[in-house]
Amino acid sequence: MYKIAVLGDYDSIFGFAALGLDTFAVQTREEAAEKLHQLAQGGYGIIYITEKLAAELTHEIEKYQEQVTPAIIQIPGIAGNTGAGVAGVKKSVEQAVGSDIIFGS
Amino acid sequence: MASTQVTPTRMELTRTKKKLVTAIKGHKLLKDKRDELMRQFLDLVKVNMELREKVEAGIRSANRNFVIAKAGMDEATLNTALMAPKQEVDLEVGQKNVMSVDIPVFETKTRTADANDIYSYGFAFTSSDLDGAVKSLADILPDMLKLAETEKACQLMAVEIEKTRRRVNALEHVIIPEAQKNIKYITMKLDENERSTQIRLMKVKDMMLEEAHHYKEKE
Repeated sequence: MYKIAVLGDYDSIFGFAALGLDTFAVQTREEAAEKLHQLAQGGYGIIYITEKLAAELTHEIEKYQEQVTPAIIQIPGIAGNTGAGVAGVKKSVEQAVGSDIIFGS
Repeated sequence: MASTQVTPTRMELTRTKKKLVTAIKGHKLLKDKRDELMRQFLDLVKVNMELREKVEAGIRSANRNFVIAKAGMDEATLNTALMAPKQEVDLEVGQKNVMSVDIPVFETKTRTADANDIYSYGFAFTSSDLDGAVKSLADILPDMLKLAETEKACQLMAVEIEKTRRRVNALEHVIIPEAQKNIKYITMKLDENERSTQIRLMKVKDMMLEEAHHYKEKE
């Protein structure tokens, strides 16, 4: 049985607690990296992470990219949308096709 | 590409011919796999983009609602209200095999069946804005789960497509031409050897005839 985690700064994620997702508020990069590994190995199937935090943890996230679980999904934080999530989708198109022919540049 | 020395023997020829047949068969199969993966990927990635836009817009508006809710009440009350969630989401992860790529299938079970059972607080001390905020977030949760599923599938498929494409290219541009070249080289070399043996035999025959009968075939 897997669980769903939400990782990010407190203001961005506290609402998800009401839905029954496990929220983990982190402050620093190191703390976040450690938490991410902990969650990935701790039976979490989906980890939602704020775009802001994900930008600092690209290296850690890439490690899990080729595994079926966990799915690490970027969501916009309270500070606004950085477009990183959309960029991630475009990146996978680029990886598969060779160049982004669907969504344009 | 004669970078590696090929020994011109019949055994090597048979081996190379078998290799070529396998390579061509593999190339065809991998090419089919790549095409099919690509077709499914392109469909999926479009869905992924749509979902992502929807979810991002949803979260943005939910966040806005939460800010308003937070402004209307003090932080301690808010924290208490959300401290003990009533709802709990359990995730079942299945796997689906699409063209040899394992993609996850997420299925969720909520602890209580009622979709409206998301308010983990009494309504007395919280502002009504919080109810709206929680509701708006709850509404996009199904889409968020679907997004997680498709986005992960897209990532995994992209990796697999890249790998397959490399394999197809390597077979098409390196392995197959090399095998063909080697086969040609070996057959040429074998023919050449055969001819030189023939000539040698003819010469030997001439010499033997000359020795035995002092006879020369051609003057």
